Order: sequence, then C-alpha cells, then structure tokens
Amino acid sequence: MEKKKLSLIVFSGDFDRAVAAFTLATGAAAVNWEVNLFFTFWGLNLIKKNKGHAAIGKGILARFFNFLLGGRNNLPLSRLNFAGLSPRLMTGMMRGRNVATLSELIAAAHELKVKFVACEMAMHILGITRGDLIDEVQEVIGVPTFLRYSEDAQVLFI
Amino acid sequence: MFTLDITREHCPMTYVKVKLMLAKLKKGDVLDVSLSRGEPLQNVPRSAEEEGHRIVEIRDTADPCHVVIEKAA
Repeated sequence: MEKKKLSLIVFSGDFDRAVAAFTLATGAAAVNWEVNLFFTFWGLNLIKKNKGHAAIGKGILARFFNFLLGGRNNLPLSRLNFAGLSPRLMTGMMRGRNVATLSELIAAAHELKVKFVACEMAMHILGITRGDLIDEVQEVIGVPTFLRYSEDAQVLFI
Repeated sequence: MFTLDITREHCPMTYVKVKLMLAKLKKGDVLDVSLSRGEPLQNVPRSAEEEGHRIVEIRDTADPCHVVIEKAA
C-alpha cells in the first residue's frame, strides 16, 4: 500500500506554531505517514544549530538579523509573549503536565524519519548556510523539489 | 515479555513511544503496554494493528489498562 503523505511548510518561527507543526509531524510519522517538513523564513530559526542569539550568516545585516531572531530557545509565543517569558513558562507547564516539549518533539520526529528540508531562497536572504543548520536537515531545496516531495500529500502552511 | 509504561504520556508521544520500543524488538517478541483510558487506549491498539502487529490482549477493566502486542516482522 502506498504511504500517506503529509507536507508541512513551517513558515512561522512562533513557539506555539512550532509545537503544532512538530506534534502533527510526529503523530503522522508514528502511524506510518511519510512526512516532510519544509522550513522557510522564520521557520529556519527552529533548525539553527545555535539555539540562542548568535550573529551567524554572511554580511553585517544578516548577522544583525540572525542575532536578534535567535534560535530555538528564543521562539516567541504568537500571543501573550511577555518579552519572551511565556515560552519558558509554557515549556515548564508542558514538562509539568508530561506533554512532550518542543526539543523532545524534534528529536522524536527525527527518530521517526521525518524529512527535514530547508528553503534555499530564505536561507540566501538571511545569509544562512547549510553549516548553520542542525544535522537533521537532509537537504536544502527549492519550490520544485518541495512540490515533487509533496505529490499526493496533504499540505499545510503553518 | 517486554513492558512499557505510557500512562504519563500524551498525544503524540503515546504511540511514538510504543513504535520506537517495537522497533527495538525482534519478530515474535511480546510487549505489554500500560496506558490510560481515552485517546491512548483507542489509538495504540489500532495503530499497532495497522502496522501489522498482533494484539494479543486488551485489559481495560482496571487502571492502568494494558495492551499486549506481538511484534510482526
């Protein structure tokens, strides 16, 4: 039987949307769906090797932007962010209630062979290179490849 | 007989933990999963069966419930 497919375009760098994306991805992969995660624009913050504020990238503006944006530990909550306090509180609540944290979900997604791919164009704008991204990222691709991977897939933009 | 306790887990980690545990076992090995009622009890046996594993037993009269799974190839 042909595998069912789910492709998520992870555009947002918001903490809550990232949790939603990885919950869906992990849940689908667990029941044998083929899952692609296409990280673009702010979504690239989720897969930076450096999880904190780091001036990565080529060029002064890119380094400035990437420093301000930060990495996985700096994702803002889409509502009630309170200057970055809320994501930490939320992670604490998730731990307290035994719900997988974002880092646990990312690790589980990788273990379940979810395919992580990054958008070449967005990386180019932000001056990010392959070496700036976590090893789980399998490929840097463009729209045509993403569409090919997503043939007969359910596609969601998050 | 192998055991796995997912009574404290929530979606999607309930079946994720079972799947990753099954991946470590050999064909014919039996896994006894302790789990809560509701989503885990509905989802775990169905997902395991869909992957071809055999559900040996479901005990849902006392808490925690148990689902016993025999690993397929």
